[in-house]
Amino acid sequence: MNGLLGALLFILLAPLLGGLVAGVDRILTARMQGRVGPPLLQPFYDVGKLFEKENVVVTTAQNFYVLAYLAFIVVSGALFFAGGDLLLVIFAFTLAHVFLVLGAYSVHSPYSHIGAERELIQIMAYEPMIILAAVGLYMVTGSFFTGEIAASTVPVILYLPGVFLGFLTVLTIKLRKSPFDISTSHHAHQEIVKGITTEFSGATLGQIEIAHWYENIFLLGFIYLFFGFNPVLGIAAIAITYFAEIFLDNTTARLRWQAALQSGWAAAAILGILNLAIIGYIMGGA
Amino acid sequence: MAFLKRSPWLLHYDASSCNGCDIEVLACLTPLYDVERFGIINTGNPKHADILVITGGINELNRDIVRNIYEQMPEPKVVVAVGICATSGGIFRECYNIVGGVDKVIPVDVYVPGCAARPESIIDGIVTALGILEEKRRTMADRTHAKEEIRKGAEAGS
Repeated sequence: MNGLLGALLFILLAPLLGGLVAGVDRILTARMQGRVGPPLLQPFYDVGKLFEKENVVVTTAQNFYVLAYLAFIVVSGALFFAGGDLLLVIFAFTLAHVFLVLGAYSVHSPYSHIGAERELIQIMAYEPMIILAAVGLYMVTGSFFTGEIAASTVPVILYLPGVFLGFLTVLTIKLRKSPFDISTSHHAHQEIVKGITTEFSGATLGQIEIAHWYENIFLLGFIYLFFGFNPVLGIAAIAITYFAEIFLDNTTARLRWQAALQSGWAAAAILGILNLAIIGYIMGGA
Repeated sequence: MAFLKRSPWLLHYDASSCNGCDIEVLACLTPLYDVERFGIINTGNPKHADILVITGGINELNRDIVRNIYEQMPEPKVVVAVGICATSGGIFRECYNIVGGVDKVIPVDVYVPGCAARPESIIDGIVTALGILEEKRRTMADRTHAKEEIRKGAEAGS
């Protein structure tokens, strides 16, 4: 019952919250650059506008793939907030991105294809670390279920500082923040046009935008799992992390895809595996 | 609902401009003028754009490119010709390779004169364009509505 409520709340509130977070993001970004910035509700205006525009469709399959992307992002987020199995959540989340890649490959633009390749590289870069985070959470709390991990009284962050830092590294890739906004970017002017979203317009692009909101709320919720023993600390950690991501976004230039792959895998290998090895040693010894 | 006026995304194309008007267009994005306050974003992609901003006169090499970009933009859309070269060809209009102003190739909705056009007048031109954009959206919505009515009428008749 509780799980169903969590899933429902996520499905209803995440787009609202995600849009507001995106609005705060844009205002903070503007302030960091010495500008006033757009109104708080700007992301909602943008999506509202996209649904008013004509939808230019060359290959009708693209609509199906983008809808599947949105649906699977919602499913993975709802499973997560329902207290479901973390591994299932991660696999549904990956599947969603596979649909986005398929959508970008189904159209005929070379820009879209480059974006799709880069999205695949991003998936390769962050996936090992996310799996290690799930494994770490299991080793400490003894459960793969997010409901039990979040309710656990063990101070998870003290056991998994390395895994948490590694997760933050791949979070930069996942939130599409500079230096690793390589497959698409809000500011991709004169980069490789707009990467994976190049060929999408109108309502289809609006769906991708809404999926991003769901995705961001899900990823910020993931941070909470490390601080489940103290809810206040958990929410503070989410706020600080997101602020740090915006700061990083504004202070770094975009790096090449090799750097994304290297830092994703280095984080997994050094921070993740080392941390898990130490935990395994301590837990095995105790 | 009229979200279009609150979130216009620009596509900026340099059709043989001397770069004078170009840097003024980009100056609008700087902290001094900060057009993102109005939700304006400079995109690089015609499929995401609502307003096509063109600087410089059209020459024989890029007339097809300009038309191609214009045709790729989803409706409703407006075109703003920035600078005297874009409005009429300016001092280059007699040149053998210059076609003339942007309106020789695609329909132009707003002309922003000046050499180079000042950021204030560019912003003014774009705000004028927003009114036209909203007008186009309304006629587009009416047309879709009318089509729907006709379809329903035909279904009821048959």
